[in-house]
Amino acid sequence: MAGAAPEGVTPHQYLENQTRWRRVEIAFWLATLLPFVVTPTYLSLASQIAITALFALSLDLILGYAGIVSLGHAAFFGLGAYTAGLMSKFVWGEPLTGLVAAAAIAGLVGFATSFIIARFRHLALIMITLGLGLLLHEAANSASWLTGGADGLQGVDIWPLLGAFKFDLYGRTAYAYSLVVLALMFLVARRLIHSPFGLALRGIRENAVRMSAIGAPNRSHVRKVYTISAVIAGIAGALLAQTTETVSLEVLSFERSADVLVILILGGAGRLYGGILGAIIYMVARDQFSGINPQFWYFWIGLLLVAVVMLLPNGILGGLARFAERWQGGRR
Amino acid sequence: MNGAALATRGLNKSFGSLVVAKDVELVLPHGVRYALIGPNGAGKTTLINLITGMLRPDTGRIFLGEDDITSLAPEARVRRGLARTFQINALFPQLSALEAVTLAVCERRGFAGVWWRGLPEYRDAADEAHAILASLLLGEHCYRLTHELSYGQQRLLEIALALATRPRVLLLDEPAAGVPRDESAELFAAISGLANDLTVLFIEHDMDIVFRFAARIIVMVSGGILVEGTPDEVAEDTRVREVYLGKAHHG
Amino acid sequence: MIGPFVGVLFDGFAYGMLLFLLSVGLSVTLGMMNFINLAHCSFGMLGGYVTVTLMDHLGWPFLASLPVAFLAAAAVSILLERTLYRRLYRASELDQCLLTIGIVFMSVAAAAYVYGTVQQPLQLPDYLQGSVVIAGVNFALYRVFLVATALAITLVLVAALEWTRFGTRVRAAVDNQRMARGLGINVDRTFAITFALGGGLAGLGGALAIAIVGLDPGFAFAYLVYVLIVVSVGGLGSIRGSFAAAAVLGISDVAGKYYVPQLGAFLIYLVMVGLLMWRPSGLFGKR
Ligand SMILES: Nc1ncnc2c1ncn2[C@@H]1O[C@H](COP(=O)(O)OP(=O)(O)O)[C@@H](O)[C@H]1O
Ligand SMILES: [Mg+2]
Repeated sequence: MAGAAPEGVTPHQYLENQTRWRRVEIAFWLATLLPFVVTPTYLSLASQIAITALFALSLDLILGYAGIVSLGHAAFFGLGAYTAGLMSKFVWGEPLTGLVAAAAIAGLVGFATSFIIARFRHLALIMITLGLGLLLHEAANSASWLTGGADGLQGVDIWPLLGAFKFDLYGRTAYAYSLVVLALMFLVARRLIHSPFGLALRGIRENAVRMSAIGAPNRSHVRKVYTISAVIAGIAGALLAQTTETVSLEVLSFERSADVLVILILGGAGRLYGGILGAIIYMVARDQFSGINPQFWYFWIGLLLVAVVMLLPNGILGGLARFAERWQGGRR
Repeated sequence: MNGAALATRGLNKSFGSLVVAKDVELVLPHGVRYALIGPNGAGKTTLINLITGMLRPDTGRIFLGEDDITSLAPEARVRRGLARTFQINALFPQLSALEAVTLAVCERRGFAGVWWRGLPEYRDAADEAHAILASLLLGEHCYRLTHELSYGQQRLLEIALALATRPRVLLLDEPAAGVPRDESAELFAAISGLANDLTVLFIEHDMDIVFRFAARIIVMVSGGILVEGTPDEVAEDTRVREVYLGKAHHG
Repeated sequence: MIGPFVGVLFDGFAYGMLLFLLSVGLSVTLGMMNFINLAHCSFGMLGGYVTVTLMDHLGWPFLASLPVAFLAAAAVSILLERTLYRRLYRASELDQCLLTIGIVFMSVAAAAYVYGTVQQPLQLPDYLQGSVVIAGVNFALYRVFLVATALAITLVLVAALEWTRFGTRVRAAVDNQRMARGLGINVDRTFAITFALGGGLAGLGGALAIAIVGLDPGFAFAYLVYVLIVVSVGGLGSIRGSFAAAAVLGISDVAGKYYVPQLGAFLIYLVMVGLLMWRPSGLFGKR
């Protein structure tokens, strides 16, 4: 993209050009409304996709932009889910306040752990994120008086959204709710990556040593983006808890951390839409193959991972971008 | 430190049994162009790493102007006006040249942490970055991704990134390493055109360039400073001839 | 009072030896190439299933199946190393993680497909069953056998690393890869062989593990965490470090489950995170 800037473009125009809304983007967001009319029986699935996409978006901020590999991102998703679930059980079932509470708790824990995260890189970082994820999973398992342990949290009851829209069986409200939250969070993330801070994150990803050499406080940047990412992941978790009215230990599992990584890598990390695209493909495929044993499902996921790493290093969106570049180059 | 821009006091560093800095005492006055020469492995890069905080000295202190910066993190030293370039390119491959330098400008001006406003709103940061790139003859290539730039252009970008921090002291580690001879003269012409109050220390192996562009020369051998003086003094010093120039003439 | 304590200590040590066999290969290969092989325990699982198959379906004796478990795991690991891993040595740690997680997923699914998700039964030979009583403390014969085997292997490993030319090459490559290359050591080949040996030892560990912890497709993930703890606590590329870390981890895990069962695995994870935070550069000092 950057290489193709024509002569006579001022620096300011160049930067504006990079942040401009493209037609595909607008078309995409309009298309997210289609499930309401085209596949009204699949709105629950659509809602799950939106939630997963939001979770993947949160991971993209730290992994795709700042280059922080996490094998335990489900920790924040799960925190959000349990917070929303417990809130409805012990305080009230009003969804929006539940969402805010989940965001706050996930953000607080994210902020606290960000001090650890920011100190490490490479292998140690991978192990720490893995360890923290496992730790939280195990803690929720042990604290069965609060979380219900392996049986899941019982008695989650969510009030109608805005006091008017009940969470129906078809998932109309669920999808509308998830989609709106996804779109809002997407706007935040899009703004963030096109800000000076977003540029700094890409700098950390590209070369952390050089970042220090231009005077950048890498650790404080990492802490900030990690906290923001935790908030968004927590919101995604809360959406899942509220729209399905269940919370099980699975929200904190290593599989969920691995899944979201797969989804993001499949779609293309560091591309904003990568997580969304990955979520659509992954969730639809999973739904189509829901007949097969989940054990075997992971065989194909594993194969997919190997294939993506070996053949499609920048995910589907990266592959598409390269294809488009070549095509345009050929035309010129 | 009476007016020195940069000074070190008794700097020592070893890697295991290998001594790479031996009681290094350095005093660089304001605005002087220094060359740091010495055979490969003498410890020149290590000295820059020590001064910029990328390595910790075993003993010794480092002063930037009046301030003791020995215990500061590398980025804090940069913010106080101490910048460097790298012998081996250390750039941001997937950022365009303009983005990279704009990033450095944003960091210096202190709004690189702002995430709720678009980058285009900081028009003057981009303009400043562009001006720096243009001054180093990179103006036309500034929208290309760093990894697409030629090697020589990447060497210039190294300097542009350092300049964007508005340093008072600039340490250049073999800025012309790997650049063809005629181009490296151009590059040093650009360096000598930098502001007069900027203190520059550059490492360079080409003696013609060293004698042309340096006001003073420091000769380093096996981690220690052998001689420090004007080009004439250094050229006439017999010890230097022996350990360094002598070798260079034979090889 | 002292009897159960010594018993727990011994059981823990035996368990630790198991962890040592499972992890020592990863420690050395990580130290050498910095390649993050999260699929290491899949090799262990493979060894386990090889033993079960040989014994239950082909009627092999237990001891005869162990070398085959070693060889099978070594063969598969070198196959993967030559075809997939070697292409990612210079890739990011993320790519390495993703590739090897993918392999774990596939191995888990394949094991579930072939053997089902149930625990695999294993009939130990008579001479490894039962226990001996020394000074009033019960020592299970199998655990004695396990400890003896692990100690013998440790001695062989340490000796080979100290005194063989191959060992010198391995040490040089772990110590400073660039320097080793400069000295004309074929680091890639050394690595491939080390990788196969490490995979083989994991396979042997997996085979020996069945009688203690059982075997099901979850093995590849469940023990990965333990192996990573051993590697990170023991220090990359250090056999002695791995040995000590495995022993401590085994003892504390068994003791923890014996004395404070309600905490489950929580304690171990806490220890892991704590240790990593306490001494990251000590543990990963070579980076
Ligand atoms: N991180 C390090 N660990 C061990 N030795 C090092 C390290 N960095 C540099 N050295 C050694 O220190 C000596 C000085 O290196 P360097 O400062 O790069 O020399 P110069 O820049 O003068 O050519 C060399 O022998 C080099 O091999
Ligand atoms: Mg050097």
